[in-house]
Amino acid sequence: MAPALLFVATFVLYPFGQLIYTSFTDTSLLGGGSWVGLANYQRIFAGDPQFWRSLLFTVRYTVIITPILMGLGYALALLTASNARVLRFARAVTFMPVVVGLGTSSLLWYWLFNQQVGLFDKALVDLHLSDRMIVWFTSADWGLWAVIISVTWKVVGFGMILFIAAIQSISHEIIEASQMDGASYWKRVQLIYLPLTFRTILLVTLVSVIGSMLAFDQLYIMTGGNPRGQTFSSVYWIYQTAFVKFQLGYGSALSVVLTATIMVGAAAQIYLSSRGSRQ
Amino acid sequence: MTDATLARQLPAARVGHKGTSQRGIRFVVAAVAVFIAALMLAPIAMSLLASIKTTADAVAVPPHYLPQALSIENYQKIYNYQAGLWVYVGNSVAVAGLAIIVVIVLTVPAGYGLARFHFPGKEVLFLLLLLPLMIPYQALLIPLYLMFAKLGLANTWIGLAIVHAMLQLPFSVYLMRNAFEGLPRELEEAAVIDGASSLQIFSRIALPLVVPAIVTVSLFAFITSWNEFLAALIMMSKETSFTVPVMVTGVRIGQQSSVDWGALQAGVIVSMVPCIAIYVLLQKYYVSGLLNGAVK
Repeated sequence: MAPALLFVATFVLYPFGQLIYTSFTDTSLLGGGSWVGLANYQRIFAGDPQFWRSLLFTVRYTVIITPILMGLGYALALLTASNARVLRFARAVTFMPVVVGLGTSSLLWYWLFNQQVGLFDKALVDLHLSDRMIVWFTSADWGLWAVIISVTWKVVGFGMILFIAAIQSISHEIIEASQMDGASYWKRVQLIYLPLTFRTILLVTLVSVIGSMLAFDQLYIMTGGNPRGQTFSSVYWIYQTAFVKFQLGYGSALSVVLTATIMVGAAAQIYLSSRGSRQ
Repeated sequence: MTDATLARQLPAARVGHKGTSQRGIRFVVAAVAVFIAALMLAPIAMSLLASIKTTADAVAVPPHYLPQALSIENYQKIYNYQAGLWVYVGNSVAVAGLAIIVVIVLTVPAGYGLARFHFPGKEVLFLLLLLPLMIPYQALLIPLYLMFAKLGLANTWIGLAIVHAMLQLPFSVYLMRNAFEGLPRELEEAAVIDGASSLQIFSRIALPLVVPAIVTVSLFAFITSWNEFLAALIMMSKETSFTVPVMVTGVRIGQQSSVDWGALQAGVIVSMVPCIAIYVLLQKYYVSGLLNGAVK
């Protein structure tokens, strides 16, 4: 165990300390590194509207995509939870994009969404769902939806597979009893499946929310933060600050704020859900 | 858990209800499932088809769903892209291989220790090992970047492998601990009676029995490392040290600022193939590992 602990101390704990220290300096890729006290933090709260815009955008992205992922994932799980061969096949295929890289899938969808050669756009036109090839990435709202569609394709199988496992672990006596009592399918979903898989739903929601709050690849590749910086996520803005504008000290302060935000959010979610499941 | 064992545990879901309406419902469910499977597969199929179009066909406006003629041009372009495809695949494989080694060397003994020895503060140590879950690695990239620059680990395989190993550490420790805990203690007790040393017990008895868990841990480490984008983008800044996903992103920028869509999709296919192959061939290890790590 000692080597593993040493590893965590060296590559997680020590850097975390360094991160906090660096956030009080003006370190840049070009040198510097003198102590500037709280100046970086003052700048976050007083002089960096772009960071707050990015955080707000990230929250908006998370608030929209989380219910979509949970709802669709659960619906797919209910649909394919029994073990007929065709359902097992649908399950396996739905899960497949989960193993593909998010960067790779974003490049794939970046092409599908292109207004000239994109086959997703063309399919919408051919199915008469749209009267022309849609230009997705010149508008922040359309760009956001393009990203959401592509990420949903990529990760919906993750929740689905965990929900299926949870649904399948419900003892069949309970289900048989409810069938004897003449409960309809929807009643069973409402009164048996959902409550008995509640813990898994909370777990997947937590993982999904944290993942969305840390979004980077999909935006870096698909929107590039455009138009006019409206689609930067927090991590993307930190990357931009630290590694494009070379402001490592200020980037560290932003990272500290983001980490704190996520920790507080996760703690709140865990606290609320543990209270919820006790009741 | 494999599908087979799940099936055994779950007759209820399959209990046939009498009557033709049930059969009708089952038919509709199957049809919807097939439709969803087709929707999920379509993007990958479209990408594959685009990758074997000719360059001109791949940038045609309006686009065609199917290639007008088959061509390997796009793959040739990817093959010869900048330093050559093998340099980038080599980087990705080397980083993933090192990440797997680091993860196994660290988490197999740690998992054994957590499962078999009792000592004060064990729970605290376990939580410490889960720390990378609580501090997002995205936030640690600035200090790690500075640290690696000082240690000469910037643009090296081992530097990036360390970051990727860190990402996989909590999941892997958890999985290894569960694997060792799942072994019957009687085996080890019998070995003690036969006079085996504790090192012998670990290496001759316990270790061979957790090979499936080690395979699972390695698979996940490979896929995480192969796909990881942000750390690779930051740590590997030299053009010859790019990993595959970073290199494919470069293809998009193209020669005359116009995108070579066919070559881009060939790159997408190249970076998807190893992961999909592993998933299809070793699904049992993959899905069971995921369920073990997440549900238990």
